[in-house]
Amino acid sequence: MFRNVAELVELAESENIQISEVMIRQEMEVKQLTREQVFSQMERNLDVMEKAIEDGLKGVKSHSGLTGGDAVLIQNYMKNHTPLSGNLLMDAVSKAVATNEVNAAMGTICATPTAGSAGCVPGTLFAVKNQLNPTREQMVRYLFTSGAFGFVVANNASISGAAGGCQAEVGSAAGMAAAAIVEMAGGTPSQSAEAMAITLKNMLGLICDPVAGLVEVPCVKRNAMGSSNAVVAADMALAGVTSRIPCDEVIDAMYKVGQRMPSAFRETAQGGLAATPTGRELEAKVYGISLKKE
Amino acid sequence: MKFRSVFDIIGPVMIGPSSSHTAGAARIGRAARHLFGREPKYAHIHLYGSFAKTYKGHGTDVAIIGGLLDYDTYDERISQSLVTARKNGMKIRFHEEDAHTDHPNTARVKIGDDDGELELVGISIGGGKAEITELNGFELRLSGSHPAILLIHNDRYGAIASATAILAKNEINIGRMEVSRKAQGEQALMVIEVDQNIDDSILDELERADHITQVAKISD
Repeated sequence: MFRNVAELVELAESENIQISEVMIRQEMEVKQLTREQVFSQMERNLDVMEKAIEDGLKGVKSHSGLTGGDAVLIQNYMKNHTPLSGNLLMDAVSKAVATNEVNAAMGTICATPTAGSAGCVPGTLFAVKNQLNPTREQMVRYLFTSGAFGFVVANNASISGAAGGCQAEVGSAAGMAAAAIVEMAGGTPSQSAEAMAITLKNMLGLICDPVAGLVEVPCVKRNAMGSSNAVVAADMALAGVTSRIPCDEVIDAMYKVGQRMPSAFRETAQGGLAATPTGRELEAKVYGISLKKE
Repeated sequence: MKFRSVFDIIGPVMIGPSSSHTAGAARIGRAARHLFGREPKYAHIHLYGSFAKTYKGHGTDVAIIGGLLDYDTYDERISQSLVTARKNGMKIRFHEEDAHTDHPNTARVKIGDDDGELELVGISIGGGKAEITELNGFELRLSGSHPAILLIHNDRYGAIASATAILAKNEINIGRMEVSRKAQGEQALMVIEVDQNIDDSILDELERADHITQVAKISD
């Protein structure tokens, strides 16, 4: 069983297999399942992700009314304009937003690695898909590759916003997505690790400060930016750019930053955007409470 | 290693909005339901840390009660669970606690009916994964990486032997085992971590064994 990114990459490169294959084989061994069983379970997760994106692109609204409809706005913009940041990037952004809007509306999603960060992995997958034309099997493999990197983060640091801030959630999700894009685009296992490192480095310190304690503001847009971060980092890694700080050390740094983060910035709705005047006003409106009470 | 499966990371499929505050909370409620063995008539839920501060927005309340109704993380009935539970006659109270706990997402669940009561402490550690850290006053040290059987029994000679004999007969290997009791001759708890998943028929057999009063399993 691999314990860190270095071991994961070493396993893949020494046996000349993909990261996704290392993850599949480990899962078969740990759970005593056949390849077909492991694969079909992941394929069901892929189906859930695809359905969530479809629903989000039709337009949804959360119960609080704080989020919803932005995925539709972005798709409409793409139909009428050429986005300055490029079609693929904006497509990824809209599909990440779609997923998180469905999540905020208490729809059905697949946590990747969490619900609040559920947009990055499927958002990038269903955007990159249009350019790389992967088989269904390669799309399922994308999820195993993401999962392999998330597995390392979860065991060596944290994937919980309450424990490590948003960097642990959207930071991890974006890094996982970057690594999976690289594999799908034909990059090497170590390039996947570089993409993960580059992404996570740029999400370090991100706090978890949900307005009114809801997984809506700023979570939905953080998934949008996490997805764009992932696509850019994947391109950089595929170009041969490497991270001066190895991936495992970046993960460890993320863990230590999270440990020193005050509780106000770890999903308590006590600090950051949640504590802004507008954040407080929205909170009061959502719960129907008087602001003076506080 | 706390996380052993790729499906802890890519998954679970769940009703939004939060894996730790909704899906993890539902799993804590469901663990309590399974350990209790039936739908309780009352539920006192004490919430700590981030759970206490944000439970309404995240639907932690409906998720825990959904778990008590035996709903899984993806069950769409979760959103209506409070209504359903009250209609079934369940008396529900939530308590927001200020006390500091080791983990920011901690819930103490006290449930019961005329025939019995159960109290457990669960923590939601991220990505929908939950751990039970205390049961009826017994501190649990489950690794979380293997299926486990929890047996509440009377502190009498032969209780342990009758349980392990049943596992041996069914060719179930024990990886780790711990026995604790409140006082000599009183209620005791066996925690048995095993290598394979346990069939319900084996649980039934354990429940019928001498001195054993309650049986539950916690899956991998």
